[in-house]
Amino acid sequence: MEDFFRQLAAEAPRWNFIFFYDERSWNRIVEGLYYTLILSVACVILSVVIGVVGAWAQGSPSRLLRNIVQGYIQFFRNTPPFVQLLFFYFALGQFTPTYSPDGWLQVPIISNVGWAIISLSFFAGAFNVEIFRAGIEAVPDSTREAAEALGFSRMQTYTEIVFPLAFRVSLPALNNNLVNLIKTTTQAFAIAVPELLYQCVTIWNDYPSAQYPTMLLLFVVYIGLVGILVFGMHKWERALRIPGYGV
Amino acid sequence: MAEWTPDQPLVSIRDVHKSFGELEVLKGVSLDVRKGEVICIIGPSGSGKSTLIRCINALNDIQAGSILVEGIEVHDPDLDKLELRKKVGMVFQQYNLFPHKTALENIMMAPIKVLKEDPEEVKKRARALLKKVRLEGKEDAYPGELSGGQQQRVAIARSLAMRPDVMLFDEVTAALDPETVKEVLITIKDLAEDGMTCILVTHEMGFAREVADHIYFTDRGVIVEHGPPATFFKKAKDPRTREFLSQIL
Amino acid sequence: MRARAIPGITRQATTDLAVLKPFDPARRTAHDPLMASRFIAGMDWRHALGIGLVVCLYPAIAHAQSHYTYAQAFSALWKWIPFIVKSGFLFNILISFFSMAVGTLAGIALGLMQISPLRLISLPAKVITQLFRNSPWLVLLFIVLLAFPFEVEAFGFIIPFPAWIKAVIGLSLPVMANIAEVVRGAVLSVPSGQWEAAESLAFSRRQTLFEIILPQCYKRMIPPWMNWYAILTMATPLCSLLGVEELINLSRQAIEAEDNHPELLVPFFGFALLIFFAYCYPIARLTIRLERKFAVKL
Repeated sequence: MEDFFRQLAAEAPRWNFIFFYDERSWNRIVEGLYYTLILSVACVILSVVIGVVGAWAQGSPSRLLRNIVQGYIQFFRNTPPFVQLLFFYFALGQFTPTYSPDGWLQVPIISNVGWAIISLSFFAGAFNVEIFRAGIEAVPDSTREAAEALGFSRMQTYTEIVFPLAFRVSLPALNNNLVNLIKTTTQAFAIAVPELLYQCVTIWNDYPSAQYPTMLLLFVVYIGLVGILVFGMHKWERALRIPGYGV
Repeated sequence: MAEWTPDQPLVSIRDVHKSFGELEVLKGVSLDVRKGEVICIIGPSGSGKSTLIRCINALNDIQAGSILVEGIEVHDPDLDKLELRKKVGMVFQQYNLFPHKTALENIMMAPIKVLKEDPEEVKKRARALLKKVRLEGKEDAYPGELSGGQQQRVAIARSLAMRPDVMLFDEVTAALDPETVKEVLITIKDLAEDGMTCILVTHEMGFAREVADHIYFTDRGVIVEHGPPATFFKKAKDPRTREFLSQIL
Repeated sequence: MRARAIPGITRQATTDLAVLKPFDPARRTAHDPLMASRFIAGMDWRHALGIGLVVCLYPAIAHAQSHYTYAQAFSALWKWIPFIVKSGFLFNILISFFSMAVGTLAGIALGLMQISPLRLISLPAKVITQLFRNSPWLVLLFIVLLAFPFEVEAFGFIIPFPAWIKAVIGLSLPVMANIAEVVRGAVLSVPSGQWEAAESLAFSRRQTLFEIILPQCYKRMIPPWMNWYAILTMATPLCSLLGVEELINLSRQAIEAEDNHPELLVPFFGFALLIFFAYCYPIARLTIRLERKFAVKL
């Protein structure tokens, strides 16, 4: 297999699949994939948590809390995620406390990967708050009332009745937003997070002959990641479907 | 507050006033319900009858007056709502079953989650209740797979699972197809015959006449007239009552 | 007594879930294409400003003891604003205009190809649409950057291909794919009865499409089209990674010219956030207004 790609590179100079036979390049791709996955998984989880908490806070009786959440949504929804990333990492990152693991170097407690996760999660989380809130609003008051009449507390009504129903309503929109989030993780490139795009760019800077193959790889990986997410979400959607209500 | 004894009214409503903003819906309503009694509240729509029974289990608050359920003051700001709701069951016009739970789970949910009862015991009771509302075999059906009448009977069983002392029925047949109304009414009649205290808001006059011990007619926020069905339907005195009855019968 | 029907409960379910309040079934599926705009429009600008100020002021307090003060940093920003806006932000807008124009034209063509009865045309169109819709914008930008030459020779002339033109092309690709979906969705939302009526009047398929169906679609395509314009505008700072001299790149150059004091970062990047907000907010408000206006009559 390795020989095949070596030969291909020799015969077709634009199709140098260097990462299939050069170990260093291969390791770069693996590392890039690893970081892309870390970013995707961490941001998906964190942004969903932000969405759930935010949507719950939006239904709170405290006006102040609602305004804070509203302000958060507005700020993160209306500015480019790319500039947010720069703002978080460069502007806010300079105030991060540092620690010294070896007694010599001062390392900020939040790394560039950490900032990328925070920034992207808050970006996608702003959408998720709105998505979940719409789902919660789709649950009729009368269903909530029925739970109340049975003696459920506010918290129980939310966790047992409102949220399970709202979540099902929210799934398609959530799915869409998470796809967008995975695509947006590439922008962490700008703060030198060694994710897949970053690694591919270093590879094609080192080996211009490997440009086409790395592009192909990028397409395949991102379409694949998005495909896995969409497939998983559809499966989940179907598993959660309530009998008797399907179209 | 004096200890409640069974010889006192189970539900005692005194001069209740309720308004939504400018709109005054209840303008001084009083009535008593004794243990084992079945009362029906009838009247034109917008007369405040649904609001009245929603006030009894504190889904709506009131501006003035008092509502006592077994000696519990519903109007008390420090009311222990859970205590009240253990005593008062409620069935809604639109059933309001939880669509993501099966019929059996709908019935079992509140006793397990709210009363923290033993799930096995609750399950036995839930099965018995389904049998009582004549829905054996529908344990695992989701609400969406049941007809309106069946859903409403599950809703009744769900309320009964909390072992309430009084049941409130808020126009429970109004959203049903005519052919399923009857099965729900039979279920309620069975309950009444078992001695359950019931307060019904209904438009089914024939049913009211047959099962009710007492009928109240409300219009524009007040009780216009009341009496046992025999005298109420034949010898209504107030012209408003007569007009309403002539339209509906 | 007439039994009242409750959607999804007494009758056959018309929506996915009985718990749904009745709402526009067209919007139920998949996602709400206007969500971004709905957000922006649903907000109170004071909130954003307040949050922005808090975020900006916190470091000011934290760094009060530093010798290069925030007052100096803000006055430096003030000095640079005309340059950053005129040479930087206006260039972002220019890029967004060109990308939108190219993306819209290509997107309409691609959208119409998708609804072609010929599989030979519709299938490749669908593949292209999905490919560009699901790829990260930044990946597309890099690919265009690398795949296109610096200059092309045509008819003996040498036409240079500067980075900003590549950026326009790179950004127009995802726009094209998404506009194609908008077009397809709008055409499919016209009731099939219209097609049948036209057919019975002996219109050809092409005539039906251009004379009857598309004129009904223009209005309902405008709000999502504007929505994508706002998203595209917010993607233009990505061009800075291609070396295009736009807002972010010029801000960085300005920071360097001011000796790279870290205090400069918050004002300059904060300003970049605010200027995008100031541009996208009115667009979003208008989008929602138009959507409501067009939604009433069908």
